[in-house]
Amino acid sequence: MSPDAVPILKVNDLLKRFGGFHALDGLTFHVSPGEILGLVGPNGSGKTTAINVISGLYAPDRGDVVFDGVSVGGMASHKLVHRGINRTFQIPKPFLSLTVRENIAVALAYGRAEVTPPSTAELLVDFHLDAVADRPASELNSAQQKMLDLVRALATRPRLLLLDELAAGLNPTELDWIAGRIKTLAKSGMAIIVVEHLMGFIEQITDRVIVMNAGKEIFEGTLAVAVKVPEVIEVFLGGEHAA
Amino acid sequence: MPSLARHTLFIAVPLLALFAILPGVYNNHLLLFNFVIFLILAQGVNIIYGFTGYLPFGYVGFFGAGAYGFAIMVMHFQSPAPLAVVVAGLVGVALGLLLAPLLRLTGAYFAIANLAAALAVLHFVANPALESITKGPYGVALNGTFNPTMAYNGALIILALTLGIVVFLRNSSFGLALQAVREDAFSASMAGVNVLKMRMIAWLASALVAGFAGGVFAWYVSVFYPDNVFSADFSIFAIVFALFGGVATITGPIVGVVILYGIYNLIGFTTPQYFQLIYGLLIIGLVLFLPAGLVSLATRRGWYVP
Ligand SMILES: Nc1ncnc2c1ncn2[C@@H]1O[C@H](COP(=O)(O)OP(=O)(O)OP(=O)(O)O)[C@@H](O)[C@H]1O
Ligand SMILES: [Mg+2]
Repeated sequence: MSPDAVPILKVNDLLKRFGGFHALDGLTFHVSPGEILGLVGPNGSGKTTAINVISGLYAPDRGDVVFDGVSVGGMASHKLVHRGINRTFQIPKPFLSLTVRENIAVALAYGRAEVTPPSTAELLVDFHLDAVADRPASELNSAQQKMLDLVRALATRPRLLLLDELAAGLNPTELDWIAGRIKTLAKSGMAIIVVEHLMGFIEQITDRVIVMNAGKEIFEGTLAVAVKVPEVIEVFLGGEHAA
Repeated sequence: MPSLARHTLFIAVPLLALFAILPGVYNNHLLLFNFVIFLILAQGVNIIYGFTGYLPFGYVGFFGAGAYGFAIMVMHFQSPAPLAVVVAGLVGVALGLLLAPLLRLTGAYFAIANLAAALAVLHFVANPALESITKGPYGVALNGTFNPTMAYNGALIILALTLGIVVFLRNSSFGLALQAVREDAFSASMAGVNVLKMRMIAWLASALVAGFAGGVFAWYVSVFYPDNVFSADFSIFAIVFALFGGVATITGPIVGVVILYGIYNLIGFTTPQYFQLIYGLLIIGLVLFLPAGLVSLATRRGWYVP
């Protein structure tokens, strides 16, 4: 990514408390259009919380989220969607009693009004859901539910896409394939933040990573450099996900 | 033909035509009227429970409020009955707005709070201190509007409106979005759906039809006590009928009313002593074996049920 690119998202000194516990504690970073930013860190370091704040589930207790030059911290989620932010869920939550097609229809109808939505047929084929298009989402396996969750997000034509452990549980072939998809999306100009524990996957697709620990950034740069930094090694060896 | 037109033509219109013809060939008009009322209420429950997941145990609150809205318009403003029915619907909506904060609750908490709210409205209306306005616990006897034939026709119009709402929900992305909110509110908001607004619209629509139903009920009976129009039986019957047939469909609540209210009246007339037993067993069996209602017998096989 060229360094002079204008960031589409700037996160500034974010604090998020749960009771007395600081899940985010002064998190600051940015991401630019077309960039794939990795967000890594041990379990409980605040990655999902960061996504939850950026996507409007929680208002930050301090700090700000600036999207496309506008301060959007604490804005209702559907408004963020209409501005061009979307996400997937670590545990996907498709609309279980609706068919795959109906799941997509909701996002197409209520997503961003000012852009031409992608076609359902294309989304179904691109993410291998065409065979189950008319089945209720409850009948999908977990990989298919993840793809449906991603398609729900893409149907709103986001400019910033937050992926929370999309790759977890996929087999090597599926991983390669989804890595290719994510890169294609970035090439189209989408800014993408990828939260992932699979370092090989992160290495394969990201331009830059932020390493988080205890709600803070402890490193920013390429993954290749990150794995040589003592503090980063310490954090990962101390956690469950020893590198 | 688009499914919206198909559902209107092959479900809503025949049902309305049937109930328009029946009074000419069947003498128990009160029974027919009650069928229409329960069709409205079961579909009203369908709107709020089937499409958004809020179980309205105090649904009768809107019905009773509508009945009293009608009565007050007639008693104090000498309003013609049709206008009083319109006001009854608006009273239902006003109560819905007042109770809107309950939508912040979920599951059983919402159901219980809604039940409590309906009781509160009953005790407010039945308060002797309000005798000059509501006649308090002594009940109302309306003069000048008694006209069961017109009231029955009014009920048919309300049923038509209610069916229209449900047909729309079943065939629109609006209805899909409501169901998405029911399945997972945050996911729905990430599909761009304004969750609070959608819930509110469904809640007020279901309050509106129950208020209207209360209005035509008051028109039909003309004499009633607070306990009649705030009877918990209305909520429970409407919920059971809707659940038995299957919610989030057009046909489910209709099937539920026709079968269960039919059985209720058959058993109730001939052998009332067995009624509660049989009815109770039926409900237990339903919850255990068919939680998604009769229509799920078909949907489980992958068949489409309108
Ligand atoms: N809604 C909540 N209420 C209370 N505590 C929470 C809530 N959400 C997250 N937390 C806590 O905040 C911390 C950060 O959680 P978060 O889910 O953001 O971690 P994560 O980095 O995504 O971890 P993982 O890799 O396991 O997904 C954890 O200690 C978690 O228990
Ligand atoms: Mg997480």
